[in-house]
Amino acid sequence: MPILSKQEAQALLKKVLSYSKADECEVSLRGNDGGNIRTALNAVSTAGDISTVGLAVTSVYGKKAGSATINEFDDASLEKVVRRAEELAQLAPENPERMPMLGPQTFKDSIQYNEKTAAITPESRAEMVAKSLEVTKAANLQAAGFLENTTTFTAIANSKGLFAYEKTSDVTFTVTTRNAAGTISGYAARGFTDVSKLDTASATKVASQKALSSANAKAIEPGKYTVILEPVAGAYMMENMFRFDARSAEEGRSFLSKRGGGTRLGEKLMDDKVTIYSDPFNTELPGSTWNGEGLPLDKTYWIQNGEVKNLSYSRYWAQKKGVTPVPGPSNIIMEGGNTSLEEMIKSTERGILVSRLWYIRMVDPQSLLLTGLTRDGTYYIENGKIMFPVKNFRFNESPVIMLNNVEALGKPERTISVESYRSYLIPPMKIRDFTFTSLSDAV
Amino acid sequence: MKRRNFIYLSGVGAGAMMLPDLSAMGRSIDQEIALETVDVRVKKELADAALTVAKAKGASYADIRIGRYLNQAIITRENRVLNVANAESFGVGVRVLANGCWGFAAGNTVTKEGVAKIAERAVAVAKANAAAKIGGTPVQLAPQKGYGEVSWKTPIEKNPFEVPIKEKVDLLLTANGEAMKGGANFVNSTLFSINEQKYFASTDGSYIDQDIHRIYPNFQVTKIDASKGAFETRAALSMPCGMGYEYLTPSESEKVQGVVTRYKKRYDMIEDIRNATKNASEKVASKSVEPGKYDLVLDPSHLWLTIHESVAHPTELDRVLGYEANYAGTSFLSLEKLKSGNFHFGSKNMNIVADKDQPGSLGFVGYDDEGVKPSRFDIVKEGVLTNFQAIRDQAHIIGLDHSQGCCYAQSWDDVQFQRMPNVSLQPGKTPLSVDDMIKGVEKGIYIVGNGSFSIDQQRYNFQFGGQLFYEIKNGKIVGMLNDVAYQATNQEFWNSLVAVCDERDYRLGGAFNDGKGQPSQSNAVSHGSSTARFNGVNVINTKRKIG
Repeated sequence: MPILSKQEAQALLKKVLSYSKADECEVSLRGNDGGNIRTALNAVSTAGDISTVGLAVTSVYGKKAGSATINEFDDASLEKVVRRAEELAQLAPENPERMPMLGPQTFKDSIQYNEKTAAITPESRAEMVAKSLEVTKAANLQAAGFLENTTTFTAIANSKGLFAYEKTSDVTFTVTTRNAAGTISGYAARGFTDVSKLDTASATKVASQKALSSANAKAIEPGKYTVILEPVAGAYMMENMFRFDARSAEEGRSFLSKRGGGTRLGEKLMDDKVTIYSDPFNTELPGSTWNGEGLPLDKTYWIQNGEVKNLSYSRYWAQKKGVTPVPGPSNIIMEGGNTSLEEMIKSTERGILVSRLWYIRMVDPQSLLLTGLTRDGTYYIENGKIMFPVKNFRFNESPVIMLNNVEALGKPERTISVESYRSYLIPPMKIRDFTFTSLSDAV
Repeated sequence: MKRRNFIYLSGVGAGAMMLPDLSAMGRSIDQEIALETVDVRVKKELADAALTVAKAKGASYADIRIGRYLNQAIITRENRVLNVANAESFGVGVRVLANGCWGFAAGNTVTKEGVAKIAERAVAVAKANAAAKIGGTPVQLAPQKGYGEVSWKTPIEKNPFEVPIKEKVDLLLTANGEAMKGGANFVNSTLFSINEQKYFASTDGSYIDQDIHRIYPNFQVTKIDASKGAFETRAALSMPCGMGYEYLTPSESEKVQGVVTRYKKRYDMIEDIRNATKNASEKVASKSVEPGKYDLVLDPSHLWLTIHESVAHPTELDRVLGYEANYAGTSFLSLEKLKSGNFHFGSKNMNIVADKDQPGSLGFVGYDDEGVKPSRFDIVKEGVLTNFQAIRDQAHIIGLDHSQGCCYAQSWDDVQFQRMPNVSLQPGKTPLSVDDMIKGVEKGIYIVGNGSFSIDQQRYNFQFGGQLFYEIKNGKIVGMLNDVAYQATNQEFWNSLVAVCDERDYRLGGAFNDGKGQPSQSNAVSHGSSTARFNGVNVINTKRKIG
């Protein structure tokens, strides 16, 4: 039952809606099917299979709403959950921000689903992990890694005729390779919609090469350096910025708030080379085609040539402000350039190559100042060459300031944030004057 | 509890269009259902059914956790209730050892047939890993006696789930009203209540029924100065704790008076939000810190997080061994450093104890999630590393013949693994008040409440912010500072610990959702301390301008 087809989901949602007696009713259905394997010290430490499906009903009387969920699907249970949502709605206080439900919308077909990825089994997961472990064992290294695949379907329908459905599948693989003494470390992260693109052995080779080349790291002074951020580092650095919310900006509590009131919409906030957009139909990183309010999503520019091009407006906030709603992003893509990583290194007189960042936390939400550290492969560049591995640094830097200091961009790559496990399409970046504030002995 | 009181406010603002992760959130339920429990006789029958099947299929050891997890969240903003949600998650997780490998399976078909199938799947997973020869070194379990049929309950005075929703909503909206009256531009307040009804049984002969409660009131007040384009926030100085609703009954005897009021085992939310509103305005107007070396006086409402990150995490044995290397990281500590018996973590004033039997703490339980009765043990004694946190399959690695009772799973559908118990700094033995401590500081900063935090993957280099920063000059607090963060390396910092106030000042802080593992799981844990002084710590200025 976890993954229903469009027709099956629509039939079930229609049946649930037929039980409704409320002014408005909205039903959503979601199912997940997937599994994971975690490894440590070149062996499987845990493995699991997870399948869930659930249905939620929201009933509305005027501006009063009630919600109830259930994971039983016989007719009596379905009717019961609708009655419960109605009972809750009738007794709830009014929500002044409640918007009337949307009528039918036109959604283009999502391209997030891949048959091969949905067909992953515990055995095929084990095979992919075994290939990774062969690499680390051969290199006399130890792997700690995580492989996870998920197939999901989501469908919504409401009493005003809205219906939306989409099916997604993806697979992610991350691996950290170290020696037994723990004196070297390397990392690689991969994520795909199509599992046939995932080569766990080659990813592990990259992580292993990083580890082996990180031996005998030297300490150099912290300070302002030109940095080359590989995509996994850039994604983690920037994802704290990818919330282009109009309401918090207009309320004065966002980096997009303007001094004296208003927002920075239309202002040039970053370097000309910076263009950030969302596009659910990007083949490398497809995204959801509709949002939680039932609005269709399409390509939307957030930053274009350094200028704040759009802010996201919920239906409520848009109505209050007299503008058209702008749904928030379901994926994030940053345009790149033509400079290869090798060319970036070659053109650097004195700088640092950063493979991965870690433990990034907000220090000041007003300037978006973040702190965090480098990890798993940090190298000193001089006169166009990687000279030697260096000890890790702590940085204090704002992604907004950083994106004003862009020297060059490479080709965007699909990458995974270390902590949120969200995927992004991000180029490698060469940035000047990146602020490192102290050294870390951590490996 | 009157059913209508709950219904009156439940479901408010809960848009269902994008379902949350139902397996994590559970299903929404009525208040009355939250007060029901599952008959312990039924749980024993189910447990026996699962354990019998596991053994018959070839498990040399098996345990089962029948879990019913209740969460209640009340979320408000200014004068509005944004959501009231009661969620329940009920199901079964079975863990087995077969052919030397662990296997785990979980499901929510809680019938004899359902749990038997789950047990069968768990054995199949273990055998598959063993057959594929990717299981690693055969598991070695520390012996554990069976306790027979026993039960344990958090000693609460008032079950939060029995308190009418209206009463809780009234408290939060009154608090918000105080903030708005005091000049706040925005305010959010929340109250989270958790009840874990956990039944554990194992082939060792334990049948353990536990009823565990935790509560967490919090708020954030925002003050904006539009002319400067500046805003500042102050969060509650409450702490999540392993108590009932009695925590929210103010008591003068549980208040710690000073430059700002702090709280022990009873919390005055209304008083705190009034102070927070004033503090937020003061922060907007306060002066930016001059970077340099300062003596830091750290209040327990702040220090708990530093202890959590710099002491509790690096002394987890699974990190030391490399199990978290791909995610949360490893540790600067090692088996060799422990075995040496003379690894100096900090100064002689540093005495760190681990326990899961401290009343009022978030980690307080009668038994851990593999049926071990926790005990109190030293981690650092007079500055020297003495122990790591370990569970049954790790005990032999550090030469123990018993587990230290540090096993936990966030839910029935997550496998249990090593999580930190409460880890606390012990108070000083010489009488010392906070006022006396401040009197002795020439150039310092007194930090109250926790703010931003970051530490490297081996727990060496860290940076911490806070909620409130008070400048100390020549033994006196002279005003408020802003843009403060301190950076240090772990041992350097703990070796700069020169004094800890005595037990009169001892308080608990804590983390309600501490993440670890892949897939990531949450753990709730407290850290106690008295106010402590650290000399010569590097303070940086975090002020930046964009655009």
